[in-house]
Amino acid sequence: MQTLYDKLWDQHIVPTESTDAGSMSLIYIDRHLVHEVTSPQAFESLKLAGRKPWRLNSILAVADHNVPTTDRSDGIQDPISRLQVDTLDQNCDELGITQFKMNDLRQGIVHVIGPEQGATLPGMTVVCGDSHTSTHGAFGCLAFGIGTSEVEHVLATQCLLIKKSKTMHVVVEGQLGLGVTAKDIALAIIGKIGTAGGTGYAIEFAGSAIRELSMEGRMTLCNMAIEAGARAGMVAVDDTTINYIKGRPFAPQGEMWERAVTYWKTLHSEPEAVFDRTVTLDAAQIKPQVTWGTSPEMVTTIDGTVPDPARVTDEVKRKDMQHALNYMGLKANMPIQQITVDKVFIGSCTNSRIEDLRAAAQVVKNKKIAANIKLAMVVPGSGLVKQQAEQEGLDKIFTKAGFEWREPGCSMCLAMNDDRLNPGERCASTSNRNFEGRQGSGGRTHLVSPAMAAAAAIAGHFVDVRKMNG
Amino acid sequence: MEKFHTLTAVVAPIDRANVDTDAIIPKQFLKSIKRSGFGQYLFDEWRFLDHGEPGMDSSKRQPNPEFVLNQPRYRGAQILVARANFGCGSSREHAPWALQDYGFRVIIAPSFADIFFNNCFKIGLLPIVLDSKILDLIFVEVAMHPGYQLTVDLQNQSVSTPDHKLFEFEIDIFRKHCLLNGLDEIGLTLQHADKIKAFEDKRREQQPWLFA
Ligand code: SF4
Repeated sequence: MQTLYDKLWDQHIVPTESTDAGSMSLIYIDRHLVHEVTSPQAFESLKLAGRKPWRLNSILAVADHNVPTTDRSDGIQDPISRLQVDTLDQNCDELGITQFKMNDLRQGIVHVIGPEQGATLPGMTVVCGDSHTSTHGAFGCLAFGIGTSEVEHVLATQCLLIKKSKTMHVVVEGQLGLGVTAKDIALAIIGKIGTAGGTGYAIEFAGSAIRELSMEGRMTLCNMAIEAGARAGMVAVDDTTINYIKGRPFAPQGEMWERAVTYWKTLHSEPEAVFDRTVTLDAAQIKPQVTWGTSPEMVTTIDGTVPDPARVTDEVKRKDMQHALNYMGLKANMPIQQITVDKVFIGSCTNSRIEDLRAAAQVVKNKKIAANIKLAMVVPGSGLVKQQAEQEGLDKIFTKAGFEWREPGCSMCLAMNDDRLNPGERCASTSNRNFEGRQGSGGRTHLVSPAMAAAAAIAGHFVDVRKMNG
Repeated sequence: MEKFHTLTAVVAPIDRANVDTDAIIPKQFLKSIKRSGFGQYLFDEWRFLDHGEPGMDSSKRQPNPEFVLNQPRYRGAQILVARANFGCGSSREHAPWALQDYGFRVIIAPSFADIFFNNCFKIGLLPIVLDSKILDLIFVEVAMHPGYQLTVDLQNQSVSTPDHKLFEFEIDIFRKHCLLNGLDEIGLTLQHADKIKAFEDKRREQQPWLFA
């Protein structure tokens, strides 16, 4: 009785009959997504070795990390960023790789555009030189991040030598409360199992609460699998998956569509499949989550308080907590709702899709951001998400409330472009990492859902979005 | 890739759990399109008091005297001992590049994040998993004895201390083989090119929409 992961794994093993590979298997890669930061060294080595990409039409490239989110008509100002984006353009042009250039309407964060274009399909192996490749697992595919040497390996051979993971079943049953989202499920899971809890595992998210999620929600959840330490997260294929894919530019059509759908419907774990570990959560018990520290596992609920290191017995843990509180400028036992914020960032591959923007817009509608907010910005995940949002009038709702409405890209998720926190600034962010300096040197990040970020912008501090609407 | 057999070298400790790759090499240095030169920015935000930007000469910057790698006793260290979940977060191979470029050849921790662990092998940096109890002991020894050294023997899969304690570690035989012989993994995989081709042809027949 196979799990979904077992099925995907078996489908992709290239038989090599060699015994010298130890526990590693040669796995065929169907889709290779490429961005500007982790690819230049791979292309260079490939060229130096006199090799060519194995299968060009498996590759889709886009620049997202370095691109400005303000006016792009003059190109990129920072010369080092510009060189990196130009290098990607050159490599793609030279080799004939499909790429969405910076001013293409389809440009956006690599993990947003793959699914949006139908370039991510069920049953695929999807890789990218980026840890949040786990996002694509929402489509019932095996998707995981790789390093630059592996990017080169996939370019040259269409394969990777990897070790099979253990399997973890994360089952979330029941109904989520109003105002509680996939982001809160993800953070609650990480709070429960820790950022290393999923190390060595591929996670399958299941249960009635997961089946109820839209594809956007499932992507948010799988996106955060890596923050739980799991290289891959996935959700079984169902009608929600198939309806999302239908009609997308790279998706099969006509008779081919029917054939594909018949196969895709087999992509789920068998009822009696055995997982190496199972974790269960009750959806009804999950409250809006807010991180207080410098690791996604340092998380609590909106009605909670900053924990007290004095109550922790493990010495390494206590020191880490103390260190995190110092960095975050927080005191033990302080209520989360008393934490005021300076900046608000709605965006990133975790939460920049249309549904995320709708949820945030609903909270800010006819309101204004608080006087203490220095900057509140919305960065759509792609040009197409931006266009859709504008058609729905969301941009107006945001700008009227005092938000800035930007061009698509990674932006302040990692601050490689000009969008960043200054030292000591505190941010309510819908991104996925609250590491030290992640959003700018000395910046302080609190991870929340889009609705919670929007609510913090209006109140000027964290508030329970469930008590705010109406 | 450089071969690895045995190494006896000074040990430096990073006594924190969950050290992420953003801390190992901050994002501003990821703008480089080269594979080398990252060592001078290793742990940049912890190692320096001023803010680092690519292109800066680190020898002219303000080191943070508190940070462990700035203490003279750890100069020339080639073995790093660390805590659980080392290398978590971003998949950036720049993190192993920076560690290697700085001079490290071995990292010992109770656990590593998956992608980081994998990336290390690709460039000939050896990550070793030892039980956290053993690491507790090594951390104490390192603190007590300036210039403390360990010996790593890949062939025999062991780490030994100056007072002849010996700890064995596990390693996948393929990875061991590649490290011992300094083999290029791409070259090895391409020896199976005909099998990859055959697999691909079959896949194209069964799921043609993947090849459109
Ligand atoms: S949005 Fe953030 S996490 Fe996602 S790919 Fe970009 S930098 Fe990485």
